[in-house]
Amino acid sequence: MEFLSYLINGVSLGSIYAIIALGYTMVYGIAKMLNFAHGDVIMVGAYVSFYTTSFAANSLLGENPSALASAGATLLSVLAAMAVCTVLGVIIEGLAYRPLRQAGSLAVLITAIGVSYFLQNGAQLLFGANPVNFTPVISGQLTLFSGRLRISYVALLTVAACIVIMLALTAFTSRSKMGKAMRACSEDRGAAQLMGINVNRTISMTFAIGSALAAIAGVLLCSYSPVLKPTTGSMPGIKAFTAAVFGGIGSIPGAFLGGILLGIIEAMAQAYISTQLSNSILFAVLIVVLLVKPSGLLGKYVPEKV
Amino acid sequence: MAMLAVNDIHVYYGSIHAVKGVSLEVNEGEIVTLIGANGAGKSTVLNTISGLLHPRGGSVTFMGQDLKGVPPHKLVARGMAQVPEGRRIFLQMTVEENLEMGAYTQSKASIDGSIEDVYRRFPRLQERRKQIAGTLSGGEQQMLAMGRALMSHPRLLMLDEPSMGLAPILVEQIFDIIRELHAAGTTILLVEQNAQAALSVADRAYVLETGRISLSGTGAELMASDKVREAYLGG
Repeated sequence: MEFLSYLINGVSLGSIYAIIALGYTMVYGIAKMLNFAHGDVIMVGAYVSFYTTSFAANSLLGENPSALASAGATLLSVLAAMAVCTVLGVIIEGLAYRPLRQAGSLAVLITAIGVSYFLQNGAQLLFGANPVNFTPVISGQLTLFSGRLRISYVALLTVAACIVIMLALTAFTSRSKMGKAMRACSEDRGAAQLMGINVNRTISMTFAIGSALAAIAGVLLCSYSPVLKPTTGSMPGIKAFTAAVFGGIGSIPGAFLGGILLGIIEAMAQAYISTQLSNSILFAVLIVVLLVKPSGLLGKYVPEKV
Repeated sequence: MAMLAVNDIHVYYGSIHAVKGVSLEVNEGEIVTLIGANGAGKSTVLNTISGLLHPRGGSVTFMGQDLKGVPPHKLVARGMAQVPEGRRIFLQMTVEENLEMGAYTQSKASIDGSIEDVYRRFPRLQERRKQIAGTLSGGEQQMLAMGRALMSHPRLLMLDEPSMGLAPILVEQIFDIIRELHAAGTTILLVEQNAQAALSVADRAYVLETGRISLSGTGAELMASDKVREAYLGG
């Protein structure tokens, strides 16, 4: 039963990594860049949600709000976080990355790290360095096996959100016109332009989607571990990047699988080996996987015909 | 007035002066070919026309409008389509998805009809419509690249080395299709290394040598020219 509880914990943590990793992998697949500021967009999303919730509690809702009103306020806070992050993502892409479209990948990478620090320090200036206590979007837990297994509703919500997002993204990229255009840009930007596809707009759209996902991840992450500070997004961002590489960067099911596996490995390492060493174990597994299969678990390689 | 007019363009790759003042014209309804050796700058000229490369000097005019500053993705709607060198089809997408991409600027209603037209012209593609394009043979990939370009119903179709890497029988097929498209009213600018085949279909031709036009004339004139015979037609 203990094992099951660790496993569920791992899957739910992994679901958060997976949602972040989906953003990483989409941006990498289409814009061919590692957006190291992605983790910090998560933090911004969590702050927006935090302040929207407190604003609603102080000004909109009365003394004893009904359950429905509270749920509405929570939903509003998530939507606000998604809206702000979407705009933020598009602005970051337009201001910081677009001018570097023809530049070398190193210049883009350094810029992304710069944007990451900019967001962290900007958040420190706006919200202060002291952590705030985030109220989980949903409280309570499910009790099973006469109290021997407890699953928090946050964990259930996280896993459900992750699955829905993964399926929606898969349907979007395989069926919709914009999704197909994204795949075309991902393969050959020049050829995509010759088809009449506006590559800049497609890349903007990718950042918009990735950043909206980051907002959801931010709310879920802070519901899972409720301490929110300007550096909150940094470590989960790096781990989610690892998850994306682990699963095969550029691949949507890969990011999903990589995220979940990473969460499970982390939870198991913490439970059975050592809390301090859990990150080292995580990255050691990544190194071994990449040695055996450099393209990641589901990374695909299509041979080119000349 | 010419449908396409290229006026004294100069194109650089970094500090390398690849195209040194090329001018050419394509009139409505013509097949014009640009022939020349590997590295002469043929693809560079084509990619400059389609806006993927920017000339440092000179101008490109299409349907009476200067294309300076017009991004490549806007040219499809104006009636220009390019089959790029090396085909550059989307290898990880299906045959049908590739065709849909070719019709990206078209309305949804007209896409199905266009796909039917392409399948009528290339029945092989219909057989393989759900197949991933990367699994097609070289000849099929070339057909897909041409079908994809035709999806936008271009007034000017630019073909970059459509015969490259294909068996002689397939080259013949490709040139038959070029003749058919021309007969159906499509204006064609054809870049080729296979001078013999290109000159045989062309109304007019230009010979490009190290970034400059060295000769021009009708297809028949160039076919008869000693210089062209020696350099490009094997004596």
